[in-house]
Amino acid sequence: MSHTKLFGALAAVALLAACETPGDQTAAATGAGAAGALAGPGGVAARPGSQEDLVANVGDRVFFDFDSSVIRADQRPTLERQARWMQQHPQVAVVVEGHADERGTREYNLALGQRRANSARDVLVANGVAGARISTISYGKDRPAALGSNEEAWAQNRRAVTVVR
Amino acid sequence: MTPKTPRLGRRTLIAAGATLAAPGPLAWPPPAAAQAPQGAVIDITRARTDPIPIAVPDLAGATPEAQRIGRDIARVILANLRNSGLFRPVDRAAFIQSPEAAAQTPRFQDWRVIGAQALTTGRAELAGDRLRVEFRLWDVLPEQQLQGTAFTAPAANWRRIAHLISDVIYERLLGEKGYFDTRVVYVAESGPRDRRTRRLAIMDQDGENHRFLTDGSFSVLTPRFHPNAQQIAFMSYFQNQPRVSLFHLDTGRQEVLGNFAGMTLSPRFSPDGRAVVLSATRGGDANIFVVDLATRRERQLTSGGGLDVSPCFSPDGSQIVFNSDRGGDQQLYVMGADGSNVRRISFGRGRYATPVWSPRGDLIAFTRIAGGQFAIGVMRPDGSGERILSEGWGMEGPTFAPNGRVLMYFRETPARDARGSGYSSRLASIDIAGFNERQIVTPTDASDPAWSPLLS
Repeated sequence: MSHTKLFGALAAVALLAACETPGDQTAAATGAGAAGALAGPGGVAARPGSQEDLVANVGDRVFFDFDSSVIRADQRPTLERQARWMQQHPQVAVVVEGHADERGTREYNLALGQRRANSARDVLVANGVAGARISTISYGKDRPAALGSNEEAWAQNRRAVTVVR
Repeated sequence: MTPKTPRLGRRTLIAAGATLAAPGPLAWPPPAAAQAPQGAVIDITRARTDPIPIAVPDLAGATPEAQRIGRDIARVILANLRNSGLFRPVDRAAFIQSPEAAAQTPRFQDWRVIGAQALTTGRAELAGDRLRVEFRLWDVLPEQQLQGTAFTAPAANWRRIAHLISDVIYERLLGEKGYFDTRVVYVAESGPRDRRTRRLAIMDQDGENHRFLTDGSFSVLTPRFHPNAQQIAFMSYFQNQPRVSLFHLDTGRQEVLGNFAGMTLSPRFSPDGRAVVLSATRGGDANIFVVDLATRRERQLTSGGGLDVSPCFSPDGSQIVFNSDRGGDQQLYVMGADGSNVRRISFGRGRYATPVWSPRGDLIAFTRIAGGQFAIGVMRPDGSGERILSEGWGMEGPTFAPNGRVLMYFRETPARDARGSGYSSRLASIDIAGFNERQIVTPTDASDPAWSPLLS
């Protein structure tokens, strides 16, 4: 692998990490546990097509039931909004990150997180987003959004988060 | 891929195992007879046997430097034996005979009266950087030498000599191989849980000689030893591509294993070291594959819509145990090494995960999640005889000591508040009878321990 390619990939990683933090902070500030809480009224001054725009005006994440990767009816509208938003911003490519709560084993939760990311991706594709614009990754239970050890935190951690690349 | 990592040099081999003939200065007692000695020897298959009272005086030495090494070696041996739960070191304050005199010839009466059934004696000699250690193990009641061995090594390797001696004591008195001359590779964790730094770390089984293998610039999970203890298979997030990778301990080189389009996880080497079994995701599914290490060819063993993860070979290489949600929730399944004849083996209450086959072949250890509690347990390979060894809020990922008598795993404590205060993850060990649960001290939080085979 050439140094140039290596540097490019590392830079992409750094950008990803930089994007994630504001997303998580927003989620915490607005009470991400409630369905649709992130679908704000609009009007937030974020650059259109940015992660901040996605978080504030669309909703960057959907939540899952325990040990399930089925997109809940109350979560589907968030993904449908994400699909419309991606069509409005055709230059945007995203990574869907799948996560699990801490009440499973690490290895199984990695696979479960991948299945959740894939479920969310499938809804985006079914709503007209080209599959090539969406990649997926799983972090299992190892990157919780909520740090508590209780049902409320676990509900927030069983999630698929759409992150602008 | 070759991320910058600290190197771990190849182990310096120890010239070991030179059997000492009759003790030097004395014609008595005769070398141990070939038949199994009585007295101090016990049967560890009994649940919770009484620990063997053993006296381990400092090794004698002719110079202050040799005496210091002799003292350090005795301390390491004592800690090993005590931590096994199968030995009870006799209080050193009660010793009557001096280490120097005992190394000349034990006065058995002096050791008998303070309650020792077994006694070790020995001598450390330094010649420049070379360390030579003579060691003898005695059965006090019949006044019989059970073992006499000499080890030579660079002085810096004195800890390995102490572990080798500990294994000799374990094997002679308990009748099976020990597990002290081993290492543990694990994931060292630091920082807040939502932004955790995870590094591969390796240490001797007693926590000494600790060092980090990766620098934390990318996350790592689930390391496992090759049967030659010189390679580690693990899951790496290098360049944000979660893939099973290999770490070569002698060079520090890392490489992604296989050419999978999606995430690969939960690697384990085959017992012959020629292949890695792992789980690979495609779409929302996870299936089990074997990757041949010579040809790098992949072979798919399971298929279907479930999550098949955590595969582990039987020690004879003929079968694979794994966990799958194909029946609705996570349970353990066994299949032939070619993927044939899949059958479910776990039928108890709850979800079962992370199966690992004992090196002895007689048991499968697992994580069970039931009623909001995690537990570590064992069952026979046909699923019978399930026993829970330890239970708590969070624990998972058992790994067997090479003799199959002890498990290591990690235990978590829950967060007390929404900031995550109070959460911790620590290594622990327990014997397979369910006794002697101990925390393994590590510099930081720790998870995913993997026990090496015996190093020699």
